[in-house]
Amino acid sequence: TSFGIIVFPGSNCDRDIATVTAGLLDQPTRFIWHQETDLHGVDVVVLPGGFSYGDYLRCGAIARFSPIMTAIIDHANAGKRVLGICNGFQVLTEVGLLPGALIRNRDLHFICDRVTVRVESNQTVWTKGYQSQQVITLPIAHGEGRYFADGDTLKALEDNEQILFRYSNAQGELTTDSNPNGSLHNIAGITNVQGNVLGMMPHPERAADRLLKATDGLAMFIS
Amino acid sequence: MTAPFTPAEIAAEGIKPEEYEDIVQRLGRHPNKAELGMFGVMWSEHCCYKNSRPLLSNFPTEGERILVGPGENAGVVDLGDGLRLAFKIESHNHPSAVEPFQGAATGVGGILRDIFTMGARPIAILNSLRFGNLDDARNRRIFTGVVDGISHYGNCVGVPTVGGEIYFDPAYSGNPLVNAMALGLMETEEIVKAGASGIGNPVLYVGSTTGRDGMGGASFASAELTDQSMDDRPAVQVGDPFLEKSLIEACLEAFKSGAVVAAQDMGAAGITCSTAEMAAKGGVGIELDLDKIPVRETGMVPYEYLLSESQERMLFVAQPGREQELIDIFHRWGLQAVVAGQVIADPIVRIFFQGGIAAEIPATALADNTPIYHRQLLDQAPDYAQQAWQWQESDLSPAAIAGIEIAGQKQSWNEVLLTLLDSPTIASKHWVYRQYDHQVQNNTVIVPGGADAAVVRVRPLDAKPEECVIGVAATTDCNARYVYLNPLEGAKAAVAEAARNLSCVGAEPLAVTDNLNFGSPENPVGYWQLALACEGIAEGCRQLNTPVTGGNVSLYNETLDSNGRPQPIYPTPVIGMVGRVENINKVVGQGWRNSGNGIYLLGSNDGNTLGGSEYLAVVHHTVAGQPPQVDFDLEKAVQKACRHGIAQGWVNAAHDCAEGGLSVALAEMAIASQLGAEINLPDSDQRLDNLLFGESASRIVVAVAPEHQPAWENYLAGQSLPWQKLGVVGTAQGNLTFIDAQNNALIDLPVSALTEPWQTAIARRLKS
Repeated sequence: TSFGIIVFPGSNCDRDIATVTAGLLDQPTRFIWHQETDLHGVDVVVLPGGFSYGDYLRCGAIARFSPIMTAIIDHANAGKRVLGICNGFQVLTEVGLLPGALIRNRDLHFICDRVTVRVESNQTVWTKGYQSQQVITLPIAHGEGRYFADGDTLKALEDNEQILFRYSNAQGELTTDSNPNGSLHNIAGITNVQGNVLGMMPHPERAADRLLKATDGLAMFIS
Repeated sequence: MTAPFTPAEIAAEGIKPEEYEDIVQRLGRHPNKAELGMFGVMWSEHCCYKNSRPLLSNFPTEGERILVGPGENAGVVDLGDGLRLAFKIESHNHPSAVEPFQGAATGVGGILRDIFTMGARPIAILNSLRFGNLDDARNRRIFTGVVDGISHYGNCVGVPTVGGEIYFDPAYSGNPLVNAMALGLMETEEIVKAGASGIGNPVLYVGSTTGRDGMGGASFASAELTDQSMDDRPAVQVGDPFLEKSLIEACLEAFKSGAVVAAQDMGAAGITCSTAEMAAKGGVGIELDLDKIPVRETGMVPYEYLLSESQERMLFVAQPGREQELIDIFHRWGLQAVVAGQVIADPIVRIFFQGGIAAEIPATALADNTPIYHRQLLDQAPDYAQQAWQWQESDLSPAAIAGIEIAGQKQSWNEVLLTLLDSPTIASKHWVYRQYDHQVQNNTVIVPGGADAAVVRVRPLDAKPEECVIGVAATTDCNARYVYLNPLEGAKAAVAEAARNLSCVGAEPLAVTDNLNFGSPENPVGYWQLALACEGIAEGCRQLNTPVTGGNVSLYNETLDSNGRPQPIYPTPVIGMVGRVENINKVVGQGWRNSGNGIYLLGSNDGNTLGGSEYLAVVHHTVAGQPPQVDFDLEKAVQKACRHGIAQGWVNAAHDCAEGGLSVALAEMAIASQLGAEINLPDSDQRLDNLLFGESASRIVVAVAPEHQPAWENYLAGQSLPWQKLGVVGTAQGNLTFIDAQNNALIDLPVSALTEPWQTAIARRLKS
């Protein structure tokens, strides 16, 4: 699998993705500057975490106007895979590839922690390496990660089984206490209807290295 | 010839009358307004260390692993395998007092620039913070603002905030300390230095634009805070971490191109300081044209250009003919870059503005050959210290098995321990570090709260993660109450504790960056504290073979109350120390691993004292006595044994005994693992409270699995240090129990009861 990691000014998890895809998994990986327009040869586009353009207007709001964005939309519409992590998820909602929005965390603070997340299904191109309903531990690090959408959108997400990750406790139960940021329906990650575009707030790339004693995210990058 | 300025105008620049005379003599004329301003900032303590320099000169600064010592933007040490680590600490106390969010944020931004100016990519941030008590609304506002500012800047810039320390004490009410330390891994082959060279070489201004923000921040930082200081808010800079992130990438790319001869960040005193220091260090001069400088507002006069502390700016000297190459790099990152001047042979700083000369000053007069004050040291300890030393343990009511009577109230040892765990200084800082991105860059081996020191893997950008096992451990330490009570011994204790914390994760202590936060040196007591603390640091660093590679001095940390009486902070010489981790797979944390493991004490309780202890301050509301004194032979033996035990894989948890003594150390290990333990206290002549809560240097509690205990005990028997087996790790959610030699349970509490106050102490106080 070849990975293309989009680099916006202010991206700060771009190299962390490459550490996993190239460093740990020896997969072809290239950085793609936001002003480029060519995704030739890329299987999986990754929009990394960070603060694209400083997030000064609204998280991800400026990144959607980057020259590379047209190519990313074409890539997605062609059924090829796009993964947005953290700020990348915010960009995907801004650009309309995923529904809903990420708003300020329930308690208004930035949260950096390790949380338990339930994998809803392994019948997707992203989660083949997990069991359905498996509870995994992933790092989070965001100030605006509270998933929000109107009732119709949420219903559609549920009906189409687009919700791929939910914050849960270690037993897999969806509780308020296990929802770190107040996301509706405990949503931690969703796909588009076709399933080829995934946005998630947790950072699987930060849980992929056995030397750092956390590997629950590694399977996300093996498929 | 009469001065073109009134005495008040001269004083407003922070210049004393005799210093003004000196300026006139050096220039052979009166300065103009811009020049006066330049002298004002460059001759401030913040920039030229005029009070502290003679004291700093006694620090050991050389060692086999030291590649760059004091004098550059940061120190650099050799970690082996071609890995070179840059590190430095810096204060942003005064700005944080009046504008906590921006003050703290730009403190982080400034220290990061010191690191990447050397050609190093920042890999970790630590913060050493001091605040007044959280029962005061103003202190709460400062505390939450500072945490918010650090979070804002550090998270956005993509450098993990991995550790540090926070103390709360009334001594810092209204005058918080915000010391930020950064570590970076050298990415360029040559370490980028600040000295300008090459007559005719172009001088480039890069980064952000210049505005009126942060005017005269260095002078502001070198005066007492008064009730009017809130009016100085324009002297606080405004930071933009997004620009800084781009600046890091652009600068490292520029340095790797080989087109940069020298670089200096614009911190305190902005354009003035960077031009003067680059010229003075290179023994050359610099001409700079202010009309070329990109600005964010119009109508600025030279005085404003020269004293602006707008953030995220740098000055480069470039190879001739390669200017455009550099400019292109910065433009690609959306940053400013212009040729604004050149290197000249005359050793002067010459500033042009609108076709004329706006300032012309010998570079060394600003940056090197600056005033130095040798002050008279008190020949005996000041009254407050002598009075404090009169205190004796016998001043307390008797310590019985059932507890102690305080102000007519009986308190059990259970209650005392819970009170200490609820003290915000001892309690969990989870509320704070949860707001800091501590994992970005994928190298964080120990997350905050996990061990006595932070540990990050040292990994060059393109290296295979599996092949990178060398790590760096870092810590910041200073028990300022000790330093207040005895500056010499307190400073030694700070150095010893920093090294001990590194040893507790298995790291070999390498080098120090220090941040001297003191009151006014013009006050004999303030100078006595400063001078003796420097002596203590020098002694400690020599003993532990951890040279000082640089640091920062922040004096005048005093608030003038409404009656004009200065209220100095505790003298706080923060020790930032880095250590080498041979193999990150062997690092240990402070939580016990398994029930049934043996618990050992390295060192001895014999040196315990209640003098200066957290117990005495929090439970008895008394700050008095002599603080613990370090026996460096014992300290070295204890640390060596701990490191050896970790390296051999025998020791699987380690924690030093600091504030709150043995009982708090064991409680923290229990909380971290949620395992109980049964501790058998040795027979002792000491008061029970001294045995449980007394503090001393050179004590580390470690845990060892049963199968390794014979080898471990055999090793210890061959070492000349006191040690004892204290007990055994108990069961999950069990009790932590302390039993004396007569089989009395002095403390017996379930781990959950220990955890609750410790976990919630800070958040609970913020809700009030």
